[in-house]
Amino acid sequence: MIHCFQAGGHNVVVDGNSGSIHICDDLTYDIIAFREGADAELALALVAESHPDITETELTGALAEISALVQSGQLYSAPPIEPEVIEERGQIHSGVVKALCLNVSHACNMRCAYCFAAKANGDGELMSFEVGKAALDFLIANSGHRRNLEVDFFGGEPLLNWEVVKRLVKYARSAEMAADKHFRFTLTTNGLDLTDEVLAFANREFQTVVLSLDGRKETHDRFRKLPDGTGSYVNVAKKISGFVKNRVGEYYIRATYTRENLDFVNDLTALNDLGFEYLSIEPVVCGANETYSLKDTDLNAILGEYDKLAEVLQKRKFNFYHFNLDLENGPCLNKRLSGCGSGSEYMAVTPDGGLYPCHRFVGDEKFIIGNVFEGVTRPDIVRQFASNNVFTNPECGECWAKLWCAGGCAANTYYASGNPGGIYKFGCELFKKRLEKAIQLAAGQ
Amino acid sequence: MKRIKTLKTRPMCVADGGCGECRTSCQSACKTSNGVANQSCENKEHIANRK
Repeated sequence: MIHCFQAGGHNVVVDGNSGSIHICDDLTYDIIAFREGADAELALALVAESHPDITETELTGALAEISALVQSGQLYSAPPIEPEVIEERGQIHSGVVKALCLNVSHACNMRCAYCFAAKANGDGELMSFEVGKAALDFLIANSGHRRNLEVDFFGGEPLLNWEVVKRLVKYARSAEMAADKHFRFTLTTNGLDLTDEVLAFANREFQTVVLSLDGRKETHDRFRKLPDGTGSYVNVAKKISGFVKNRVGEYYIRATYTRENLDFVNDLTALNDLGFEYLSIEPVVCGANETYSLKDTDLNAILGEYDKLAEVLQKRKFNFYHFNLDLENGPCLNKRLSGCGSGSEYMAVTPDGGLYPCHRFVGDEKFIIGNVFEGVTRPDIVRQFASNNVFTNPECGECWAKLWCAGGCAANTYYASGNPGGIYKFGCELFKKRLEKAIQLAAGQ
Repeated sequence: MKRIKTLKTRPMCVADGGCGECRTSCQSACKTSNGVANQSCENKEHIANRK
């Protein structure tokens, strides 16, 4: 299973099963690319046509290099694990829980028209300290031998329940030594209530802060509105700029693109113009009937925008989250097979203590797994999520990118196909394009 | 190799499938569309053994 593409002046061959990435000259690239879907004899005939001046010595040398890669398991390699082995195991994940998304506030001080959480979080409830503490206890008790535990404070707007957030962090820190655990916290905020006090606490305690800002003022204000209906850009951009200027530790500016800003690279450069260096932009998540939802007919424009972004990054030096690619030190096989672990390793907690497979399933009662006081009461749902992997999904089977994608987002696939282990083809195309661009940039280094 | 440059990558297969100590992929920046391509191994022993 290989994938050949040309980008940024590079001829790239990806061997999906081994994760090997080869940058080829024109001759070896053509031999490999022509061989895809053709037999070796036909491939050589096609190469002879496209390289009429090639000498026999040159061709022999090129074939020898290709053969050496095949012999070393870096080209046309076998899958790293046989699907039957996974089937025997029954599930990838070991049954431990290692990460929680704590919806500490279902209230929000903004009214963003595209918010996927707003409809699910309609009650406006705040999580009590007791529920949050029970969630942390549940996490510790179910984390097995895992030492690193992750908690994201999410909402709604988590800063509307800031005192509880601080108490929960303090409680977790007090518990981690005795339990031999290490908590890593993330805060996802719209930025409106950022203060110096939040900054100081975040610098001390939060591994990552994710800040929502959509780019250009007109883009941001189109959807991200205050309760009075006015745009929030002026308030939020000022708050987030001040925060980032003094941030110690990781942050990402997290933007959203919709059908209304398919030229979203301009939003990323606008964010970079404000001095932000760590950027992410995500496709909007919403119903297909919304006027701003992304349509299949938008796909080519979006893919082209990622091409444009890779070009921009030749000149501007900012970090784009989805182009980060750790080739030498990437994730291990289990993670590559099954991704985020939603519904098994990773769960979301609602203010009343309900457990869901992840933040995207909150509000859908079919997916209530249990609660933080009683633990998992629907092991069947957990088993279903834990069993999802790239080999159980036949549509992932022949995909060259599956061991980087890991099957994608279960919520996206559920909302697209009705099955958390299904497929979200639009998302597949976005992922493959972003991976190609990441590889292109890595090849240029 | 004169014609093909192979980027240095981590071998895909780990006998035990991995320790699971690395970060949960959706906890970092996106919350809606992540893969695992941009994640890193955090197991110092595994990293040291690969060098």
